[in-house]
Amino acid sequence: MQRKKAIQVSLLAAVVIAVQVFTSATGSLFYLTQLTMSAYYLLVILGLTVLMGYTGQISIGHAGFFAMGGYISAMLTTHDLTQYKDNSLIGLLDSLGLLVERTGLYGDNLLNVTPWAAFIAAIAVTFIVAYLIGGPVLKLKGHYLAMATLAFGTIIYTIVSATPIFGEADGINAVPPFELLPGLVVSGNIALRTSNYYIAWGLVIACMYLLLNLMDSRVGRALRAIHGAEDAAGSMGVNTAQYKLRVFVLSAVFAAVAGVFLTHYNAGIGPSEASVMKSIRYVAIVAIGGMANLWGALVMGVFLNFLSLRGYFGSFDDAVFGGILIVIMLFAPDGLLRQGNLRALIGLFAKPSKEEGV
Amino acid sequence: MSVLLEVKNLSRHFGGLRAVDQVSFSVQEGAIKAVIGPNGAGKTTLFHLISGYLPSTEGMVSFMGRDIHHKKPFEIAALGLGRTFQHVRLFHGMSALDNVMVGRHTRSSAGFLSGMLALPHARREDRAIRERAMEELEFMGIASLADTEATSLSFGQQRSLELARALALEPQLLLLDEPAAGLNMHETVEVGETIKKIRDRGVTVLIVEHDMSLVMNISDEVMVLSYGQKIAEDEPLAIQKNEEVVRVYLGEDDG
Ligand SMILES: Nc1ncnc2c1ncn2[C@@H]1O[C@H](COP(=O)(O)OP(=O)(O)OP(=O)(O)O)[C@@H](O)[C@H]1O
Ligand SMILES: [Mg+2]
Repeated sequence: MQRKKAIQVSLLAAVVIAVQVFTSATGSLFYLTQLTMSAYYLLVILGLTVLMGYTGQISIGHAGFFAMGGYISAMLTTHDLTQYKDNSLIGLLDSLGLLVERTGLYGDNLLNVTPWAAFIAAIAVTFIVAYLIGGPVLKLKGHYLAMATLAFGTIIYTIVSATPIFGEADGINAVPPFELLPGLVVSGNIALRTSNYYIAWGLVIACMYLLLNLMDSRVGRALRAIHGAEDAAGSMGVNTAQYKLRVFVLSAVFAAVAGVFLTHYNAGIGPSEASVMKSIRYVAIVAIGGMANLWGALVMGVFLNFLSLRGYFGSFDDAVFGGILIVIMLFAPDGLLRQGNLRALIGLFAKPSKEEGV
Repeated sequence: MSVLLEVKNLSRHFGGLRAVDQVSFSVQEGAIKAVIGPNGAGKTTLFHLISGYLPSTEGMVSFMGRDIHHKKPFEIAALGLGRTFQHVRLFHGMSALDNVMVGRHTRSSAGFLSGMLALPHARREDRAIRERAMEELEFMGIASLADTEATSLSFGQQRSLELARALALEPQLLLLDEPAAGLNMHETVEVGETIKKIRDRGVTVLIVEHDMSLVMNISDEVMVLSYGQKIAEDEPLAIQKNEEVVRVYLGEDDG
């Protein structure tokens, strides 16, 4: 089991490297930009796959968590604190090394929170909000849960698009790069394109490894049991409310991490990232990926996001994802890329053979 | 022998309906006790009250000397009370083996972090869970179906699987709600043998069952419910001779 996962994840890493080598050999490095962005969206999708696909708890509000991460980090790293310099709290933050002076776009001097501190703050806020929202909301089931999470997403959208500190309709721009480690910087700078590709995909690979492990563990079985028959899971001693809440918070944090990184990569974030259409897009990708299928979600996530970011769907971008969701719900409500469906499909083309042990 | 489960004046009303009405009884450790009664007598409701699925209107339940009344199902399970459902409740989308492995939940401890990092102790624990789950499948005679999707098993196999899953919990007390419902005569006899084997493993059994030959064959004691009330509680032979029982219950099935 462990061996098989290690091989699969190593293969993913090999593909990631091969793509980079290929693009650099063929002079098509520009593709790496969309692949990097797709990778960050994958973090949201993989977290949602565990919540929705495996645990059976839908959320149509995950764009809200992505936006919380992105916006909090963007606001803290761009909002100029110079005028509050004499404030004792700001002084304290400064003495702790949480603030940084830098030169803005127009040569002005800015005093901002450092990206690391902003990152931690963004994750902490998302964690707390997800915890507080998840507690009551996860008592709901089915379409009641869907509606409640949808409402949450709408609230976040309204807040970011109507609050001056979050830039209202314009969002926040001129977000500085995020220096993870000396020399390792999250930034859209063309010169750093390759290293940023590896940062993003490194995160995806790590996340994939952690979640594959999780689903194969005691906790993962308990989560699938909640999906399979929640009351029976309780009779087996699974604290269903607690597990649902933890997975909800986990997936929210994944989304927020993605939001922070992509915002630094794009040097900005706008309200569309918090929109319901983004949440629906994530749900559609989890569904087409096979619901309880991390690999399916990964493949579909990178494929569809890449096409979308390259502009292949034109002005029908959102409609494509809405359409996908309708078709899946009609014809394969348990998800498209599922083992059963795949076997049936392979069966159409292949001669009958011994069933492989998965 | 000591008292494992004690129920006192337990009641549950649904609006004006007294589904369970002032029921008191106890279950001795190591016994097989049956609860019988006509349809709608309140047997399933009684099980739901004991295992924490429904809050009671009044009364008290104590298990192994502890008050479990007002505890949640998962807490009661963790104390060693296993159960099956009248309508089989398996985890769909999971293999038979995985279903039983969930039954080991309260007997293992790996959390989110050690699971995500696949830490050595978590993997060791997982191997032990797998082995123990396989043993329970073997005990129920369905080990060859370990990798089959649970809900694609035959009805009888699903019942066996549900029992294997409950046994994996290593319960002190097992509540079985009509384990022979929907089974043919041959399978029903087998279920009886299995329940005796379970008792011989040291598990106390409280069973709801309509099949009289099964009940009379395996039980040490029988309790009769009618319209939510306990109308008799005795040894199987005495129950068969009890006039009121014959009137409200056995009489109906004469045909
Ligand atoms: N959730 C509920 N809401 C309202 N009434 C209920 C509910 N659950 C059970 N009842 C009623 O309580 C009574 C007892 O039901 P219960 O299921 O406990 O009977 P039972 O003895 O298990 O019957 P059976 O032999 O048919 O399984 C019935 O009249 C039933 O309709
Ligand atoms: Mg019943």
